[in-house]
Amino acid sequence: MTGRSGELLAIADRVVALAQSGEQVEAYVSRSLSTDVRVYEGEVEHFVSAQSEGIGIRVIRDGRTGTSYAGTLDPAVIADVLAEARDNLGYGEVDEWSGLAEPDGVAVTPQVLWSDRLENVPTARKIELAKELERLARAADSRVRVDDSNYSDAFGEAAVATTTGIRVSGRENGCYLSVGTLADDGDETQTGFGFSVGRDVDELDVEKAAREAADRATRLLGATKPASRRVTVVLDPFVTAQFLGIIGGTLNGDSVVKGRSLFANRLGDQVASPLVTLVDDPTNPLAYTATDIDGEGLAARRNVLIDRGTLGMFVQSSYSARRMGVSTTGNGTRGGYAGSPGAGCLALQVAPGTRSQAEIVAGIDDGILIQQVQGLHSGVNPVSGDFSTGAAGITITNGALGAPVREFTIASTLQKMLLDIAEVGGDLEWLPMRATGVSLVIHDVTMSGA
Amino acid sequence: MIDNDVLERVLSAALRTGADFAEIFASDWRGTGVGLDDGRIEQMSTGRNRGAGIRVISGETTGFAHTADLTEAGLVAAARVAADAARQGGGGTRVVALTAQPSRVVSPIDIDPSTVAKAVKVELLRRVDDAARSAGGAISQVSAGYSDGRTMIVVANSDGLVARDERVRTLLRVSAVANGDTGMQTGFDSVGHTMGFELFDKIQVEDVARTAATRALTKLKARPAPSGSMPVVIKAGSGGVLFHEACGHGLEADLVAKGASVYRGKVGELVASPLVTLVDDGTMTHEWGAIAIDDEGHPSQYNVLIENGVLTDYMWDYLRARKEGRRQSGNGRRQSYKDLPMVRMTNTYVLNGTEAPDDIIRDTESGVYVAHLGGGSVNTATGDFVFGMTEAYLIENGEITEPLREGNLIGNGPQVLRDIDRLGNDFAMGNPGTCGKDGQGVPVGDGQPTLRVKALTIGGTAS
Repeated sequence: MTGRSGELLAIADRVVALAQSGEQVEAYVSRSLSTDVRVYEGEVEHFVSAQSEGIGIRVIRDGRTGTSYAGTLDPAVIADVLAEARDNLGYGEVDEWSGLAEPDGVAVTPQVLWSDRLENVPTARKIELAKELERLARAADSRVRVDDSNYSDAFGEAAVATTTGIRVSGRENGCYLSVGTLADDGDETQTGFGFSVGRDVDELDVEKAAREAADRATRLLGATKPASRRVTVVLDPFVTAQFLGIIGGTLNGDSVVKGRSLFANRLGDQVASPLVTLVDDPTNPLAYTATDIDGEGLAARRNVLIDRGTLGMFVQSSYSARRMGVSTTGNGTRGGYAGSPGAGCLALQVAPGTRSQAEIVAGIDDGILIQQVQGLHSGVNPVSGDFSTGAAGITITNGALGAPVREFTIASTLQKMLLDIAEVGGDLEWLPMRATGVSLVIHDVTMSGA
Repeated sequence: MIDNDVLERVLSAALRTGADFAEIFASDWRGTGVGLDDGRIEQMSTGRNRGAGIRVISGETTGFAHTADLTEAGLVAAARVAADAARQGGGGTRVVALTAQPSRVVSPIDIDPSTVAKAVKVELLRRVDDAARSAGGAISQVSAGYSDGRTMIVVANSDGLVARDERVRTLLRVSAVANGDTGMQTGFDSVGHTMGFELFDKIQVEDVARTAATRALTKLKARPAPSGSMPVVIKAGSGGVLFHEACGHGLEADLVAKGASVYRGKVGELVASPLVTLVDDGTMTHEWGAIAIDDEGHPSQYNVLIENGVLTDYMWDYLRARKEGRRQSGNGRRQSYKDLPMVRMTNTYVLNGTEAPDDIIRDTESGVYVAHLGGGSVNTATGDFVFGMTEAYLIENGEITEPLREGNLIGNGPQVLRDIDRLGNDFAMGNPGTCGKDGQGVPVGDGQPTLRVKALTIGGTAS
């Protein structure tokens, strides 16, 4: 956990040492370095080398909170940031539950989040990977063009220190390949994408990313708009991961204490099909968002949110936990140095079933395999539970995949969908998202089309 | 922020590997945000971000680096990284002489928000909370945010351009939760302009609060939205996002050039109902997407994209315009100095038609009336787009009747543009928006008069 982040921790320590009597002070310091290569038609379209750093400071006194931040670690500016945060707290209102996290004795599960080898990858190799990805995607199918092919890597380090005794730092790096594809057939064009992630370039699977990008674009060629009706849907793992992300958002203590959670007062109730066990487990090293510490500097931990359909707990930050009178679950999240911590899921996973997607599809008479969703941000209301999203996929008729369909929506409510889950697939996929993918069968969803 | 002679020397450093073009975009942003939630001012936050992005173009390759260090040494170091990234051999010395552009003000500022006492900003939110909670006993929660920001910008490039700008934006957003027998419902409203604190002399924050609260309260009585294809009437000032998604993105020259737009090769063709004239207008004073210059230093413009249904032009940035040997259109924008510019919209709107909005509703036998839209998104290559309805009603026998719960609408851009069969005379701009593209968000505005689309698919659950 330590390492070269010592420099950032020293900056955070210096700020905390300036706390005045009666004040709680938190300093969060981060720095990142990233490379982004985009290739188009065999040439480098852009090469971006980005370096960022910043500090966010929170000061709490007598129940009032003030914050300030700056995108620099210039010592003169840091002094201003602390002064501003102090000034700002005068305008916050007293909140008896406000306060910083305190060490809770939970042991950290160490994670390997850093690869020294990635630091030494030559630029030429990064460019070649993006070029190879473009070549392979185009070669996969004569109807496929490539919109952009990208290699990215990022190296980040962060430190947090508080007057309450939190003092941690860490660093993380990783690399990412992605490709956007277009497939043409006459006047029609469809799109696809593919990606691969790794801690090191040797972990990147260029062929798989290229093949999936070509498949995603070509499989929708010839798609038509289906008739409106109620159907069973099978969510592709990539779609399930997005769905779980929304469910996770309704299960956090912040939403509960502020009267915005669908599931407030439902602890102990059957809120989902008995087939559903939903776990938030950032300590699983296979999860893309695995981490050893949360955004407040506490040990990340495994939490079972829904156990065989029964709602067991909410994820908590130190604030929401204090307010609900429970222990924090190590789920403080923060959006960089400019943000204050809130509660949120870190690495969601639904316990997998046993059957493959092909076996599941074989047992469905009338359904749709949903391969893409569009507009989850505009059509899903996590407070009311209304769920409506644009979609595209493949029809399932008498156990066989048939014609592609697009330009339709699927709708239900989040409450109903959880209860209508009829099967969880065994095809767990560790996607570069906050949730893991798996095929998910949901009954009685309204499809709106022609 | 940075003197011209420093800019000239940094540009020369950026050109040292023989690049065709180099550019510095530097910005210094300071802002204040206050959040109210759960009846309490939670915290006031202030921030500062400043830095410069340096872009170097050699042939088809762009190198880009950015730095938070605005000293000459810091800028030169970033310029070298960008130049190496675009490296094409060559080399040599090129001297850049900058010619200042005449300064231009599109959105004059009366009251710089940074001169307004923090306590006054806090007071606005207290008024919002009171007004929203007074709107009805079923209002169970209110959150609100006030934010302001002032950005100083300088752009200079190796063609000799240097342009400076000051941008001030002020925003208020309110969201309310109503709790009833049928569960919780939410309502949202916001107002944001490219102007200073005088915004709050022009609007009453109570009105914004009541609008948000009323939206939540109305939906307590709402029935599930219908499922299927039907006529949709969209209220003035609420559906600009439809055009933003249905065709705006598809008219961005970078997407067109890569063949990723359904509107490629369609200039001069009828792509929409002849009722539709669509404009992208960065000069629209005080609107959320208004800019005096774009983020490449080009003056903002009034650009007609579709005229009486005929596609007249795309939107352009420096890179795409250079490739086509034409003028850029003031649409080169970026989220911050950390980002490369690309083709982006500003304020995108449909000009007025001639009909009274009431006539449009009266002539609709059955369908849906959308009074407020949430966000949306589009796949520009297929034209398929969605947008969310956050306040909507049934139309039965030419009258607006019952409120509907939320849902997405889905359509295909080119088809929907052709299916616009009625256009009102009541033009209005909508809520301030943030448009996302390739991971970057920029402020945009949109607007339209009341209009009808012959058929759109409503993604509800009721048959």
